[in-house]
Amino acid sequence: MADSLSLAAEDLVCRRGGREVFSGLHFTLSSGQALAVTGRNGAGKSSLLRMIAGLLRIEAGRLVLSGGDLDGDLERSIGEEAHYLGHQDALKPSLSVIENLEFWSAWLGRAELGGGECRAALGAVGLETLGRLPAAYLSAGQKRRLSLARLVAIPRPIWLLDEPSSALDAAAQTTLLVLMREHLAKGGMILAATHAAIGIDGIRELRIGPAA
Amino acid sequence: MKALAALFMRDVRIAMRAGGGASVAVLFFLIVVTLTPFAVGPDLPLLKRIGPAMLWIGALLASLLALDRLLAADRDDGSLDLLGMTAMPLELAVAVKGLAHWLTTGLPLAIAAPLFALFLNVDGSAGFAVALTLLAGTPALTFFGLIGAALTVTLRRGGLLLSVLVLPLTIPVLIFGVAASNAAIAGPLDFGTPFTILCALSLISFVIGPFAAAMALRHGQE
Amino acid sequence: MALIDYANPSKFLSFADRVLPWLIGCAALALAFGINQVYGAPDDYQQGATVKIMFVHVPAAWLAMFGWGVMSIAALGTLVWRHPLADVAGKAAAPVGAAFTLTCLVTGSLWGRPMWGTYWVWDARLTSVFILFLMYLGVIALWRTIDEPSRAARAAAILTLAGAVNLPIIKFSVDWWNTLHQPASVLRLGGPTIHPDLLAPLLIMAFALALLFFALHLAVMRNEILRRRVRTMHLLQAQAAPGS
Repeated sequence: MADSLSLAAEDLVCRRGGREVFSGLHFTLSSGQALAVTGRNGAGKSSLLRMIAGLLRIEAGRLVLSGGDLDGDLERSIGEEAHYLGHQDALKPSLSVIENLEFWSAWLGRAELGGGECRAALGAVGLETLGRLPAAYLSAGQKRRLSLARLVAIPRPIWLLDEPSSALDAAAQTTLLVLMREHLAKGGMILAATHAAIGIDGIRELRIGPAA
Repeated sequence: MKALAALFMRDVRIAMRAGGGASVAVLFFLIVVTLTPFAVGPDLPLLKRIGPAMLWIGALLASLLALDRLLAADRDDGSLDLLGMTAMPLELAVAVKGLAHWLTTGLPLAIAAPLFALFLNVDGSAGFAVALTLLAGTPALTFFGLIGAALTVTLRRGGLLLSVLVLPLTIPVLIFGVAASNAAIAGPLDFGTPFTILCALSLISFVIGPFAAAMALRHGQE
Repeated sequence: MALIDYANPSKFLSFADRVLPWLIGCAALALAFGINQVYGAPDDYQQGATVKIMFVHVPAAWLAMFGWGVMSIAALGTLVWRHPLADVAGKAAAPVGAAFTLTCLVTGSLWGRPMWGTYWVWDARLTSVFILFLMYLGVIALWRTIDEPSRAARAAAILTLAGAVNLPIIKFSVDWWNTLHQPASVLRLGGPTIHPDLLAPLLIMAFALALLFFALHLAVMRNEILRRRVRTMHLLQAQAAPGS
């Protein structure tokens, strides 16, 4: 992640169910920067994040990721470089906490990961004592923390966070803030759809949809 | 390879643990098989004659029943989104999920068949012949079923539509599965011919199923 | 100690620990004595030594039905008094009852092989027992599907009582269905008269297997209480961690 990356959206259009959600969307984001996506409900905040993650078809316009060692490798999609933290936690209740995390690191991680990264990531979100517990026993906030551990365990430059602070208590929000700052310091990028202020210095705001 | 192995192990683990429902498919199979004599009467020669067919219908319905959650469970908790966010082709992911699903539902059906066959007066080698055809044919049921599972996941409709979509696709499997079983038990047809076609159907399904399912998933994203 | 005290799971656990070795010992002694008696019983003039399967088969059939009875009483305890120990008793009876039902089916089919020439005949009694077995499996599957014990207990209790009401209807229907199609070759098991030389070993075996039933039921109940404690400890562990 040492090389500088930049993500640019050019004239992006989103349509859902025949209705135009937003159009003519522009932004650029470089390594170490964060962007707060704001707007009223239904303005298309989640849709934008899903588009970048490659989970929603881009109707018109372009999304370009450039810089770093990516230029020579056109095959790679943005989704492979991004973490998506949606409203759901993607956890299996019958698997243990560590099994859940190890699966996602094996599936999403590019490099071979040992058990160490997963243990360390659990420690970073404060779940190190619960590794062997089935995920079914976790509270909503703990499940959210476990999803966050996925972002820590597998290094990917772009974080797409959809309402990241929902279901998190004050302590967990602090943890999240620390993780986001570390990520930015290492040259990562963050796009967060949010209603509330995030608390990161120098965060820019992208307001989509008509002004409320 | 490591990622695919991890996905395979995850799905197998979930199916084996409590609440996984792998054993419910076998139970459903048993109940369908035992309903037959209540409908046609406990006439042993008749049961022997229609036994292989009823075993096949029971296995077909049981494997269909379990397909419902194959992809829907991953959609409901958001895993399906993340499964696509990697360099690994979605086709391989779907194929591995299908394989794990067959191992935990299709294979137990084939293993249970010789035992359940006793209830239909199909005993000894005849029961094992039916099990052999199920072993060769249930992969086709799972992998053709994948297509229906992927379509219904993106359409967000329940399992009833899935059955309507998938059952027509499985008719060839049923035809050659029952033909091979009957050929092995009574003749006069050669066992090899329908059995080879049955194996061919399974091999075709390995190719068509994951590709069509992955395509359905990709086009399903609005 | 009053009977009501045993309704407390901890008290019950220590009670089970004390009683279980004796119960197992008594069951083993009774079984040994019963098998000895069966060994000495005369062979049937038609069926030969095969008839001795009946000494396991018939008590197993009784206990299979008894198991559903235990579950039904426990179900009432669950639904009416909402008592956790009734939940445990109901859950523990299901696998034990299913095991005796399976024993009844397997011994019946082993007996049928030389008698009927096939492992399975849709005889009215065997069929009814078989449906009972399926219903046991259904209850067990329901228990396994629902995570939360008290919710699972209520669901299983409703299914158990519905089953108890339906069992006579099923039995009647199967009898009617079977006489409609009565296959000529079926020999009735047991028969209306039984020779006294055979009756005594049969009753001893029934007593021994009943003891075995109680021992198993108690052991499974103890395991279930321990399993619930593990579950509670897991929940507490999760609550103690940050973010709960």
